[in-house]
Amino acid sequence: MTAKKSFTIFDHVLVPEHRVLSEEEKGELLKKYNIKPSQLPQIKTSDPAVQALDAKPGDIIEIKRKSPTAGVYYYYRIVVED
Amino acid sequence: MVSQSTIKKLVEKKASNLPERLREELFEKLIHYSGKYKLKKAEIEAIIDEVVQEYEQALVEPGEAVGTVTAQSIGEPSTQMTLNTFHYAGVAEINVTLGLPRIIEIVDARKNPSTPIMTVYLDEEHRYSSEKAREVAKRIEGTTLESLARSMTLDILNMEFVVDIDPERLEKSGLTMEKIQAKIERSFKSAEIETEGTTIIIRLKKAKNVSTLRRLADKVKKHRLKGLSGVGKTVIRKEGDEYAIYTEGSNFKQVLKVPGVDPRRTKTNNIHEIAQVLGIEAARNAIIEEIVNTMQEQGLEVDVRHIMLVADMMTLDGIVRPIGRHGIVGTKASVLARAAFEITVQHLLQAAERGELDPLNGVVENVLIGQPVPVGTGIVRLAMKLPIKKAVKEE
Repeated sequence: MTAKKSFTIFDHVLVPEHRVLSEEEKGELLKKYNIKPSQLPQIKTSDPAVQALDAKPGDIIEIKRKSPTAGVYYYYRIVVED
Repeated sequence: MVSQSTIKKLVEKKASNLPERLREELFEKLIHYSGKYKLKKAEIEAIIDEVVQEYEQALVEPGEAVGTVTAQSIGEPSTQMTLNTFHYAGVAEINVTLGLPRIIEIVDARKNPSTPIMTVYLDEEHRYSSEKAREVAKRIEGTTLESLARSMTLDILNMEFVVDIDPERLEKSGLTMEKIQAKIERSFKSAEIETEGTTIIIRLKKAKNVSTLRRLADKVKKHRLKGLSGVGKTVIRKEGDEYAIYTEGSNFKQVLKVPGVDPRRTKTNNIHEIAQVLGIEAARNAIIEEIVNTMQEQGLEVDVRHIMLVADMMTLDGIVRPIGRHGIVGTKASVLARAAFEITVQHLLQAAERGELDPLNGVVENVLIGQPVPVGTGIVRLAMKLPIKKAVKEE
């Protein structure tokens, strides 16, 4: 019963790990791929994962995806207003 | 003999650009074979180099038209699918859309699938006994007066609506006559309810009018007495050593809160519901899983990479978008590409109205114009390096 109360969406098998990048990491990422933030895939502020992390528009979220072909890889999404 | 730690170090150093999965596999194999053939350090290094080279050769080249390859790789096996298949293997009682209609449903990102289904897994306590699983199923299963009734009659002479409850079904549902009466009384203030044994008589308090009574009767019939809204029949099925519940209809948000349910593994086949409750990344995973399962059901195998690309495109904007005129193709930057797809005139008119510009960056518009397509070798552009002027830092 205690486990039930503390259930967050990140416990679900379908949800990968999400993490908000710091300002420096953001700069590094954009430099590494030579892109503008607007070129990143997006995630809405209303997304349950964004709300759980309390991320603001403009933040970049790092998603640790499990892949059947590569094992683990990282994907990035920028938080945008709904 | 080279030690394990040296092999590990070598793999880390030389094959750092390999994906994790491959690195692990390489490491394991190296350990195995270095033990078997007593490999020297130089030999191991050579093997790693060879593997890295092979890997780099297998990578997709810049400019490869991956989208077209994906479309063909999914499209071709789809022609072999049976047009309509219903019934899950094993859960014969529940209807499921499978095969090509299901694939179309996923790719079109329909708001409601034609046969929504939830797979409800149970927590540690309820997982192993069918009795306890049934307990949870009762909490989920939607029950109405209609589903419990043996017969229902509208008595116009006495202005009554008489429902005869099937005692067997009542027993199964875990409800009692008192509970039903209380439920209906609470929800329908304008009605007078009387129970006699297994019979429920519903009368109107004031207005003596047949049509109002009929309207009330219809509402009472469909009123949910227990369970989750949107969920109908449930079926319990044994999977390995545990029991799982399959439901007809889906209410993902509510079912996660039901006691006895394992919220970590419970799933629905409604992608939009997943996006709403668990977020866009979960929706992406769900799309992949659904397509792979549907293909597998038909005995077809498509490389996951293609399906992953489809799922990535569908979830690019943070919402689940269909592939087609209203989704991905409709948001293409190029006017000509959109016009070449569907509803040509409308797109051209709109573009003229807004004064849109087409920089001819994509494939379709260049085919249309009759230029080389920016794909493969066509993606290379000529650049000229100008003589660099010396920096004028010092004065």
